[in-house]
Amino acid sequence: MYRNLTIRQKQIVWAWSFLALPVIFYAVIRFYPTGNAILISFQNWNLLGDRTWAGLENYEKLWNDPTFWKVFQNTFVYLLIGTPFSLALSFLIAYHLDKLRFMHGFLRILYFLPFMTSAVAMAWVWRWFYQDVPVGLFNNILAGFGIPQISFLNSTTNALPSVLAPAVWAGLGFQVIIFMAGIRAIPTSYYEAAKIDGVGWWTILTQITLPLLRPTIVFIVVFSSIGFLRIFDHVFNMTTNNPGGPLNSTKPLVLMIYDTAFNGFDMGYAAAQTVVLFTILLIVSLIQLRLLRSN
Amino acid sequence: MVAASDIPRASSNALLNVQPARKPRNMGQIIRWLLLFFGGILMVMPIAYMISTSLKWPHEVYNVNLIPEEPTIENYTFVLEDGRFYWWFLNSIIIATLTTISNLLFDSLVGYTLCKFRFPGRQIVFIAILSTLMIPTEMLVIPWYLMSQSFGWLDSYWGIMFPGMMTAFGTFLMKQFFESVPDDFIEAARIDGLNELQIWWTVAMPLVKPALAALAIFVFLGNWTAFLWPLIVTNSVDMYTIPVGLSGFGDEADVAWELIMTGAAVSTIPTLVVFLVFQRFIIRGVVMAGLKG
Repeated sequence: MYRNLTIRQKQIVWAWSFLALPVIFYAVIRFYPTGNAILISFQNWNLLGDRTWAGLENYEKLWNDPTFWKVFQNTFVYLLIGTPFSLALSFLIAYHLDKLRFMHGFLRILYFLPFMTSAVAMAWVWRWFYQDVPVGLFNNILAGFGIPQISFLNSTTNALPSVLAPAVWAGLGFQVIIFMAGIRAIPTSYYEAAKIDGVGWWTILTQITLPLLRPTIVFIVVFSSIGFLRIFDHVFNMTTNNPGGPLNSTKPLVLMIYDTAFNGFDMGYAAAQTVVLFTILLIVSLIQLRLLRSN
Repeated sequence: MVAASDIPRASSNALLNVQPARKPRNMGQIIRWLLLFFGGILMVMPIAYMISTSLKWPHEVYNVNLIPEEPTIENYTFVLEDGRFYWWFLNSIIIATLTTISNLLFDSLVGYTLCKFRFPGRQIVFIAILSTLMIPTEMLVIPWYLMSQSFGWLDSYWGIMFPGMMTAFGTFLMKQFFESVPDDFIEAARIDGLNELQIWWTVAMPLVKPALAALAIFVFLGNWTAFLWPLIVTNSVDMYTIPVGLSGFGDEADVAWELIMTGAAVSTIPTLVVFLVFQRFIIRGVVMAGLKG
């Protein structure tokens, strides 16, 4: 029977037999759960009893939950501190590293190495750094200089930046590499023309390099924003005795979802939180598309 | 590791820069180099301290010196004899390897099909897979958990692996790279009597090896360090992956910091070694995947 098909028909048969399993996979493992998560967000369910219809109850509860607003705020603080910091730092490093030839490869390795580590392992290393005297490295160094101790993870004001630091640190290398690729992609003719005109480095940077790097910058901003909005591993591991603590001061949205679903077994409420996360990420991605298109 | 090709270029640069006229520029370059060098050293300090502490005796752990006075592998012996890390390591290796193989096969097969075949429904499949990039894992963990519960997948390798067996990211990365495979090659193979499966495997796949390698690195690293889903889906200590195991290990009452650092080192050193061996190649792969994916 297969022999009687035209070449085009044979192609269709092949294409769909290649795609059959993947299409089932994406339907069952991606699309069905997405719909299911949205459905559960309108239900009440503690995993053991019946699923009952709740309408907008979970969303109303979320709106009136002070913990949620605290968590919402934390999530955006991670984003609003983390993204500009890592963007500025990685550009600074990439811009100068690009101008160096001596041991360039070696320096690049140093900056990239943290990207290859596991977040959980490094969260524990930083957690140790942050401990009080005589345990923690940072406070031991401070003590060596006679500087008063800093309470990093136990303070409601210091804990969030302390947890954020290793997250920025781990992502920096990737951003440096992407920035350097972007800088390399700028045609040298632009710089040669600028040199002939005799303009200074600041003009070259602001008039040529940065404008031409716009797609790279947009990519890095969105990539790191999404990363910070989804921060979990670092927070969970650096504040485990009191996840998201002290007093919820470091708790991000994903940790609240995890707690609600797998410690509190309030599946409907947790699902509503995931829908909120999804919406936030969707908006960020749409802004990215918009920014790239208007280029 | 200094790349051999950098050395002659660098030294000839240094020679050129001795000229008096270039002096201010030269000073600037030296300062720039020194600042970046110290910045780079700071970047690797957490890794260095992790490894250094894992080699220290307990009485020396809270000393700020980086080089242990009397290095010891006692901590590694202890951690390995404890037995749990051995299982966690093995679990992580198996899971990351199988998931990587699955992604290499399926992502490239789907990418190839979407790139090189014309058939009804192509556009819809393309857009459907593309749109899954927008769905965050965190939204899916609750339904996946319920699914695993009803199919009995909780606490099993399959349970840990199934969500990541194919990825939209990998599919698009591969699709982009198959664009560079000339249609003439495929047509020629067809005339030679190869069937479509053979063409994909013997003609197209060898031409996108760099992309496959980049994808393999990404998928392996992603699964090796994955935390949220393995944390949710595993219950018994024997089924933990390295990150889940390490997280619980660190949290145990009065476990010593040097042992936690040893566990962290055990989970980090393999990826660091792989990176140091293939670093040029990996960095190129990261750029390729970052810009095309």
